[in-house]
Amino acid sequence: MHLRMTLAQARNVGLPCMNLLRMTAVPILEQLHLEERLLRTSVDNWCIVNDRTNRPTIVMGVSGRPSELIELESVLRDQIPVIKRFTGGGTVIVDDGTVFISFICNKNAIPGLQPYPHPIMSWTSQLYSEVLRGFGDFHLRENDYAFNSHKFGGNAQSIIKERWIHHTSFLWDYDIKNMEYLKLPTRAPKYRSARPHVNFLCRMKEYVPSKSMFIERTIKSLGSHFLVKPFELDDITTEPPYNLPHSTKLLTRQELEDAYSSQCENLR
Amino acid sequence: MALKLWASSAANALRTSCSGARTAFPAFSISRCFSSAIDGLKYTSSHEWVKHEGSVATIGITDHAQGHLGEVVFVELPESGVAVAKGGSFGAVESVKATSDVNSPVSGEVVEVNAKLTETPGLINTSPYEDGWMIKVKPSDPSELNSLMGCKEYTKFCEEEDAH
Repeated sequence: MHLRMTLAQARNVGLPCMNLLRMTAVPILEQLHLEERLLRTSVDNWCIVNDRTNRPTIVMGVSGRPSELIELESVLRDQIPVIKRFTGGGTVIVDDGTVFISFICNKNAIPGLQPYPHPIMSWTSQLYSEVLRGFGDFHLRENDYAFNSHKFGGNAQSIIKERWIHHTSFLWDYDIKNMEYLKLPTRAPKYRSARPHVNFLCRMKEYVPSKSMFIERTIKSLGSHFLVKPFELDDITTEPPYNLPHSTKLLTRQELEDAYSSQCENLR
Repeated sequence: MALKLWASSAANALRTSCSGARTAFPAFSISRCFSSAIDGLKYTSSHEWVKHEGSVATIGITDHAQGHLGEVVFVELPESGVAVAKGGSFGAVESVKATSDVNSPVSGEVVEVNAKLTETPGLINTSPYEDGWMIKVKPSDPSELNSLMGCKEYTKFCEEEDAH
């Protein structure tokens, strides 16, 4: 028996494990419920990749107020689902052109990484900088991923005692008509310079040859830091987590109507 | 990687708002301005502080924590009457696209929450030990405070954490 390890095996010794869950067209509400459950109840590191979601859905951050962030009249008219997620950050509208990649890690999974927003964002942006090398002028602009000054990736995090999640919605493609459901946010990054959605955003497909290449390169890049092990969705139940005060939830039509009524009254 | 991460943390430390007298550092200095801890409080390894006076323990997050989190834009707090457990989460703060759990240093019952934080969450940044207090708890077991860190121990803990 040869006791000599290959170079690849030697490199992997001592790397923490990361479970890789690859999904396609899983509804974003289901994905967020799963992520919150894994963050709070699992002890493993996870990478979750979801290639698109099944229908256009608005996703607000934990402190989002519908009347401030979305065009309620058209959202109600067109019955667009609105979710309030468990992580911080802003509002996005996701659809079948969105690619979702999430990292859920133990506090000590990455040597030297402090579990605070800036260091985590710095680490993930370095990972994606490697992934996207040669495909565009990639930047972490404040807290967004951008080619030059055009955003293609929105980020959000949740940090608990011993673990954190950093998740991103990547605009592989998008329908500009969907962006009209979102108001221009009052709290916006400085580099946006008050640009409307059409001038602020860009589509990854105009920079990167294929979605599969982006995903495969991300997984390969993860392999420098983790021993990546494939996992199947069937192996994990997707029940909503126990009742947490800031658990992800789908806003009811009543809640949206109440917000719209309140907004109309304020305008009188 | 480690050096870049350190630089990111150092940049955050330089942005830390100061309570009490502190020297200003030039923009391009690599010196670091340490966040402050206060005598008379007890501290947790997850960067909460607790002040025990009589039958009430006042709780918040430390200057070190607020400096690393960045501008706090939203605070989620429990209602009065809710039970909290030592080491368990009682709420969260939102900053820089992140929600961060806040954990209770002691077990007991919430008797008061800081309503000012709803309108002015930034009090946690500008006055983490005074106006930025988060909840007041009636401790069910005051001996739990004995296992917490004092000021000097917590200061050393923060220095070691930032040195990684």
